[in-house]
Amino acid sequence: MSPRRRGSDDLSPRGRVLITPGLLFLAPGLVVLCLFFFVPILASLALSLTDFDIYALADSGNTRFVGGANYRRLVSEPLFWKSLVNTLYFVALGGPLTVVVSLSAALLVSSQLTRFTWLWRTVFFAPVVTTLVAVAVVWRYLYHTRYGTLNYALGWLGIEPIDWLGDPRWAMPAIILLAVWKNFGYNMVIFVAGLQSIPQDMYDAARVDGASAWHTFWHIKLPLLAPTFFFVGVTTMIGYFQLFAEPYVMTQGGPLQSTYSLVLYMYEEGFRWWNIGYASSIAFVLFLITLAGTLVQVRLQRGVYR
Amino acid sequence: MNRRLQSWLVHAALAVLAVATLYPLVWMTLASLMPAGEAQSLPPRLWPSRITLSHYRELFERLNLARYFANSLFIATAVTTLSVVINSMSGYALAKLRFAGRDGLFRLMMAGLVIPAQVAMVPLFLLLKQVGLINSYWAVILPTSASIFGIFLIRQYAYSIPDALLDAARVDGASEWQIYRIVVLPLLRPILVTLGVFTFMVTWNDFMWPLVALVDGDLRTLPVALAILSGEHVQDTELMLAGSVLTLLPVLLLFVFVQRYYVEGITAGSLKE
Repeated sequence: MSPRRRGSDDLSPRGRVLITPGLLFLAPGLVVLCLFFFVPILASLALSLTDFDIYALADSGNTRFVGGANYRRLVSEPLFWKSLVNTLYFVALGGPLTVVVSLSAALLVSSQLTRFTWLWRTVFFAPVVTTLVAVAVVWRYLYHTRYGTLNYALGWLGIEPIDWLGDPRWAMPAIILLAVWKNFGYNMVIFVAGLQSIPQDMYDAARVDGASAWHTFWHIKLPLLAPTFFFVGVTTMIGYFQLFAEPYVMTQGGPLQSTYSLVLYMYEEGFRWWNIGYASSIAFVLFLITLAGTLVQVRLQRGVYR
Repeated sequence: MNRRLQSWLVHAALAVLAVATLYPLVWMTLASLMPAGEAQSLPPRLWPSRITLSHYRELFERLNLARYFANSLFIATAVTTLSVVINSMSGYALAKLRFAGRDGLFRLMMAGLVIPAQVAMVPLFLLLKQVGLINSYWAVILPTSASIFGIFLIRQYAYSIPDALLDAARVDGASEWQIYRIVVLPLLRPILVTLGVFTFMVTWNDFMWPLVALVDGDLRTLPVALAILSGEHVQDTELMLAGSVLTLLPVLLLFVFVQRYYVEGITAGSLKE
């Protein structure tokens, strides 16, 4: 039986060998990804079905298979639901807000009237490359109730000082604002590329037809940006589900657990209390949610094309 | 609305957004040079009454920041070097070399892009603990020495390498490794630079995994050290801001110098052909 399969076109003159040069080149990357990513993902599911904890860390013989016990505990745990709702709040509000701000910035930056485009682009992208922990530290001071610049600026508009990081109602919005500030530049750049890929003929034809700026935006730019929207939407959503550093540095999940995120919950359970089996079930839920979110976006995208 | 007014409005809007974007970074830098306590004043000050480097001195002399800086530098450099090699080999193979299951493997990899890294963290920690690598630089270097996004970027770029060039080299009797080293790598240079810069920045900024994997104080990376310090020194505003400046400065400077390549790389990765 010949080992040659369709598509296997090995270039070695020595004949039909399965270990082709291509596979050898791919091997290091494949090994690293499998060993340190894909296998652990599967192991996450497996671990979530055990009661691996601090005793098992010392001696893995202490592990027992417990089936869905971790998940049953998850469902009955108020902190899980709180962290899930918090994370969904962050994604549902922060995601679209980030996209809107980035699109607006992209429209401004790529407008035909704009000069010094490179300058604006660099400035708006700068927060993206900054270290999240470092900016979280800075914003923690900017959010200070008495001495923070934000409350001072709001004072000009006649708004009373808000205890941003101390008020359970405002802590998550504060983190959302930070996330928008940090990430809008990234999506902006992608939108700019998308806008630039729209052929000039489209704009010319619209202008000949006497289309207004708003009309051009709504009926030309927006529809042609649909694939870009999809990419930006999915990547932003996936990124935002991983909310961790901001609550860890700025609020420790508080006040009153209003910023306690899913990943923070997983971190505490897994790496502080060493409830590894339980933490793995949280991780798997995170995986399912991200998958679901992606599939929803795919469906929505297909709907747009129809 | 005439064009001049429109132009004025657009630039005004851009300027306002730019100020809002830069203010935190500018305040951070200026406040780190203020005498202790001045950053917490009412009304908030932007300009220091006098410039002092005492907070930076304290970071280096008392709080050992040079050590954490060196850790970050070593790890980021190691990961960048390693991953550029590994990712380019994989990307090239997926684009230009043929072998059974090539396209299936690629699609499997792409599926991995939607999986958050945190899902793998707990088992990965256990795995590395088993082999005794936790609490060593390897715990942070090895898992990130290949990346799906990096492989994807290089594969897209490698498609543009003319097959004729590669076939000619083969006819001349060059081995695949020689072709990769002498023909392919130089042609891939632009994307390798982009990927290298990107990887360096992402590795430098990485927080959660180094937090988990490097338990020893001495091995901590800068972001982790900063997070821990900020918990202990909440009241020392200027000191913490100086720490932030030190943490941010390398990647920010790197970005300013290479921003054209970096931004192009992000764009190239997002526009699916």
